Amino acid sequence: MPTRREFLKIAGIATTTMVLPAQASIGPHLDSERFGVLADLTLCIGCRKCEWACAGANELSNFTIEYYDDTCVFEKYRRPTPTEYTVVNRFPATATSIQTDAKVQCMHCEHPACVSACIVGALQKSPMGPVTYDADKCIGCRYCMIACPFQIPAYEYLNVTTPQVRKCTLCSDKTLDGSGKPACVEICPREALTFGKRSELLEIAEQRIRRNPDRYIDHVYGEKEAGGTSWMMISGTDFKELKFPEVGDESPAVVTEAIQHGIFRGFSGPLMLLGLLGATMKAMKRDPSDD
Amino acid sequence: MTNTRPAPVNTGVPFLTKGTWVLIILALSGISVLIARLFFGLSFVTNLDDQYPWGIWIAIDVATGVALAAGGFTTAFLAHVIHADRYHALVRPALLTAMFGYTFAALGVCVDLGRYYNIWHVMLPSMWQGNSVLFEVGICVMMYVTVLYIEFLPIVCERFCGRVNLPGMFARLNKPIDNLLHFLQKIMHKFISFFILAGVVLSCAHQSSLGSLMVIAPGKVHQLWHSPVLPLLFLLSAFASGLAMATFESLVAAKAFGLKPEIHILRRLGRFIPILLIIYFGTKLIDLVNRDALPLLLENSVQSIMFWIEVTAGIIAPTILLLSERIRQNPATLLFSVSLVVFGIIINRINVFIIAYKPLYADKIYVPAWTEVLLTVGFMSILILLYRTYVFIFPVLEMEEQGSDV
Repeated sequence: MPTRREFLKIAGIATTTMVLPAQASIGPHLDSERFGVLADLTLCIGCRKCEWACAGANELSNFTIEYYDDTCVFEKYRRPTPTEYTVVNRFPATATSIQTDAKVQCMHCEHPACVSACIVGALQKSPMGPVTYDADKCIGCRYCMIACPFQIPAYEYLNVTTPQVRKCTLCSDKTLDGSGKPACVEICPREALTFGKRSELLEIAEQRIRRNPDRYIDHVYGEKEAGGTSWMMISGTDFKELKFPEVGDESPAVVTEAIQHGIFRGFSGPLMLLGLLGATMKAMKRDPSDD
Repeated sequence: MTNTRPAPVNTGVPFLTKGTWVLIILALSGISVLIARLFFGLSFVTNLDDQYPWGIWIAIDVATGVALAAGGFTTAFLAHVIHADRYHALVRPALLTAMFGYTFAALGVCVDLGRYYNIWHVMLPSMWQGNSVLFEVGICVMMYVTVLYIEFLPIVCERFCGRVNLPGMFARLNKPIDNLLHFLQKIMHKFISFFILAGVVLSCAHQSSLGSLMVIAPGKVHQLWHSPVLPLLFLLSAFASGLAMATFESLVAAKAFGLKPEIHILRRLGRFIPILLIIYFGTKLIDLVNRDALPLLLENSVQSIMFWIEVTAGIIAPTILLLSERIRQNPATLLFSVSLVVFGIIINRINVFIIAYKPLYADKIYVPAWTEVLLTVGFMSILILLYRTYVFIFPVLEMEEQGSDV
């Protein structure tokens, strides 16, 4: 349900098209048991084993595990690519913070903008958490990449005929049927990643922050960001310094869906305009004042 | 005053001129880029990447193209909905440009799509995604293109009813085709009003939805443009754009085909443009104030400079010019003024989709590849060539009455 502020936002648009804004249904139905991952960045040592496990599980590349020992990659800030669903970045110590390694991957938003934007429903939000992608439906418009507030989806521009949108799947093939954990969580030697019920993860995160207020900053990134995400992070360094974007507490899709449904719910807006124009057309037909 | 009526171009201007040849060469270059895209992929012909998923094919071919094709529904509204009969002369040329404008906007999307062969998914009810603004744009544009071609049918009937004369072995088809045309003419006469109304409604719907597209990226679109009222701004600017384009096309066509400019109509139509621009500009200003975005106007950035250009050259200047009766009466000054409006619309759409777009982790700025530009220019050239071909064949432009029939 849109808040009063959004209502006012769309009211201007709605009145000009002579429609009363209908209530927008916001967000998919989420299961209360839905899962997620908690990343404790204070435990991460930047070993990049998660990158290796991810590449293997998703058949992205077949480098040996030694390949990932190379720490030269930390010299440059990296983003996920079509063949790397997750990457670890190292942020050197500063005057105010210690050295921090931070993993980047799809956050699996609770109310994903990419899913809301997708023209054919190729991207879907599972009630259990993962945001999944169906390449067979996809038309390749890349609107999801415009919409994503975390700038995650990567595109196979080099693929001539069957390019795909590529991003972390939260290992939905295993996690959805309960047969396993995400590959990155399974391999993490430091147990920096915890897989479990989102509500429980949130409790764990808050507990850790409460018990060690010196170790952590008081912020669970992903609890509220963009309306909440399945992945959540806790850290000793401010998330802004770790290049996590500052997004509001509301999914960007809330406003667009309110506009969209305000105008088009049940085709009421267009139909009313059609009726109005039709009546005008008829009424003005015999008007001799013209010319 | 001499009587005029719609007829194929009969002023003796040859179809092929130097300019036409230039257009043909540009069109062929554009087609070669299209072929390269099909065989070597998007990365080969574009500078798009994960930070910049949309380039000029979306910003110019689609967003700008659709805005400039607004002449179709605005003139239809004036002449057919409120029956301002004097504007009838503008309806057919505007309809023709809208028809091709939308066709090429749709083609532009297809070239840009990674999996263009799946475009029909948008029409499958099982895949409809009502939350998606892009879906709304897509489905509306598809329907509107269809409506435009239907609206053009009566012109085809008018030209060929009783005149179907296919050569050689096709001659036996003359009679059935003629019957079909007569039949179409009859039913179109009954339903044309509905299609005209539907066209206006569909236009309002997708012109505004095009504006909603970027609303979903608040963190990436510069605050001078990002606003929840973007759809309203796109719709209001489309109204102004439609009338300006209808005027622009009429004056340019007059020049190109050696006709007398229809200044007696255009100078009256021109009165509405500043009014529409003032409403548009007022809304834009109120929105900027509402969002506390005014200080951004003084920012030292490419974005603020582009905003100033858009507003001063594209809105304020033409508004002042077109308020003057003297300027509207003179074809040259009128053409200059409406060109400014058109320029303003083009800059606005490019601003919203390209200049304002600041992805979160970009390490470079998107500049279109020369091949992207060439495809866009090529498509525009094909559009103009098709327009030229059609006005030579069909009764679109107003011609002075001649003794003999066409």
